[in-house]
Amino acid sequence: MPKISIIAKDGTPFELQVEAGSTVMENAVRNSIPGIVSECGGACACATCHVYVDEEWIERVGPPGSIEADMLEFAYDVRSTSRLSCQIKVSEEHEGLTMHVPERQS
Amino acid sequence: MISMSNNPIDQGARIVVIGAGQAGFTACAKLRELGHPGPITLIGEEAHPPYQRPPLSKGYLLGEMTEDRLYFRPINFYQERSIDLRLSERVGFIDRVSKVVGLSNGSTVPYDRLILTTGARPRSLPAEIGGDLEGVFYVRNLADINSMAHHFRPGQHVLIVGGGYVGLEAAAVSAKLGLEVTLIEASQRILQRVACPQTSAYFRNLHGKEGVVLCEDTGLKRLSGEDGHVRSAELADNSVLPIDFVIVGIGVVPNVELAEAAGLTIDNGIAVDEDCRTSDPDIYAAGDCASFPWRSRRIRLESVGNAIEQAESVAKALMGQSSGYEAKPWFWSDQFDVKLQIAGYSQGYDNVATRKSVGDGVSYWYYRGGDLLAVDAMNDPRVYMVAKRLIEAGTSPDPTVVSDPATDVKSLLP
Repeated sequence: MPKISIIAKDGTPFELQVEAGSTVMENAVRNSIPGIVSECGGACACATCHVYVDEEWIERVGPPGSIEADMLEFAYDVRSTSRLSCQIKVSEEHEGLTMHVPERQS
Repeated sequence: MISMSNNPIDQGARIVVIGAGQAGFTACAKLRELGHPGPITLIGEEAHPPYQRPPLSKGYLLGEMTEDRLYFRPINFYQERSIDLRLSERVGFIDRVSKVVGLSNGSTVPYDRLILTTGARPRSLPAEIGGDLEGVFYVRNLADINSMAHHFRPGQHVLIVGGGYVGLEAAAVSAKLGLEVTLIEASQRILQRVACPQTSAYFRNLHGKEGVVLCEDTGLKRLSGEDGHVRSAELADNSVLPIDFVIVGIGVVPNVELAEAAGLTIDNGIAVDEDCRTSDPDIYAAGDCASFPWRSRRIRLESVGNAIEQAESVAKALMGQSSGYEAKPWFWSDQFDVKLQIAGYSQGYDNVATRKSVGDGVSYWYYRGGDLLAVDAMNDPRVYMVAKRLIEAGTSPDPTVVSDPATDVKSLLP
């Protein structure tokens, strides 16, 4: 059960103990973290679960897949650390993973 | 006192929500998020806490998702926010004079504002043609999927009745799991009601390639059974097909009966205005059950996006933050390795432009005259994202520019 941390847009940190194999989006939504919408529920179809992965983590988390990258290209304020959180599966190696919620989703 | 849309409800106002699907859940969550402190009651017929339906015909049917992962929120969410979640409860009537909702167990729940999120139900096959046989399933509820799950064994022969998105998704899952799949569609082509011939052809080819036997212009005469269980299907051309079970996806009907019995205006759904308010100013409706004014006509959308946005505008209207609901229709479907994303609403189109992107992406752009109405994008998320923005902004690129493969789709954005 790695612990991950999501910083809301107002700076409030949410520390979550999550199951390995679950996605960051699922955990964010279950815990009602503001700013993660996820209309499509994880189908990589809506781009409303955009997060910035902390610089320190981006290499370990890795780049977006091709569909994800295509969706992200048109997201609001996309950066080199942008990912769709429904496509980030948490593993044991992600202990301490930190992400930030963007200003808005679209 | 007449409640005006700009006046927020009293802090103590009792909100009752009938229907615990996407719209009902969203309305309650949004009301709390916007700070309504008064009592909220969410009444649902099913035993499960509110859950996502789209995966039912996709990942959940494939066995890739467990039940609890479908739930929007864990059960403690409702307790923590004092949302009185009443599951396995049926509403029998709405009394608009006394402002109470009557439950089938005989008790009543008083309301100051009522929200109807009663959804839609699958159109059923008549019993006269075998619709009541065992082994005939629909794709709407968790219980529907759970009851058909044991049939999904390699070699079983499934008949899918209806070539809309639900039928096609069920066919894709069945074929992936090694079943023998026959899909019949009574009208001339699959997706006839919702898509252009090009999109129909795209999915016809895809399913054909994946081994689905797809018969268009083929009605169902009757299902026959042994010991009450369906065993064969007689088609309109008198051919008889041996089958093990049937999945029916022939559209849905909005659940308007409660509203109708209460005397609310019905027009292809519970009729609402721009604030999702029904003909009774204290009663709102949202989601699959509601028909709303849109570009000088009235439409009803069956989609998650619409359920969320309408439910949020109900909450905003109640809190005195009404901004008027403006639909931004979008849909998606997953079949085999194809992701279809639809931006806009194509009804009323008179011409279609085709765009082939680098790789296997294809998209069809629906126009009425020079106005872009909608885009079906297959494995082409960039096109979808651009199209969604264009349509929401009311911008219509020239179809010849759209079709030109040399055009970078991004350059279409203003």
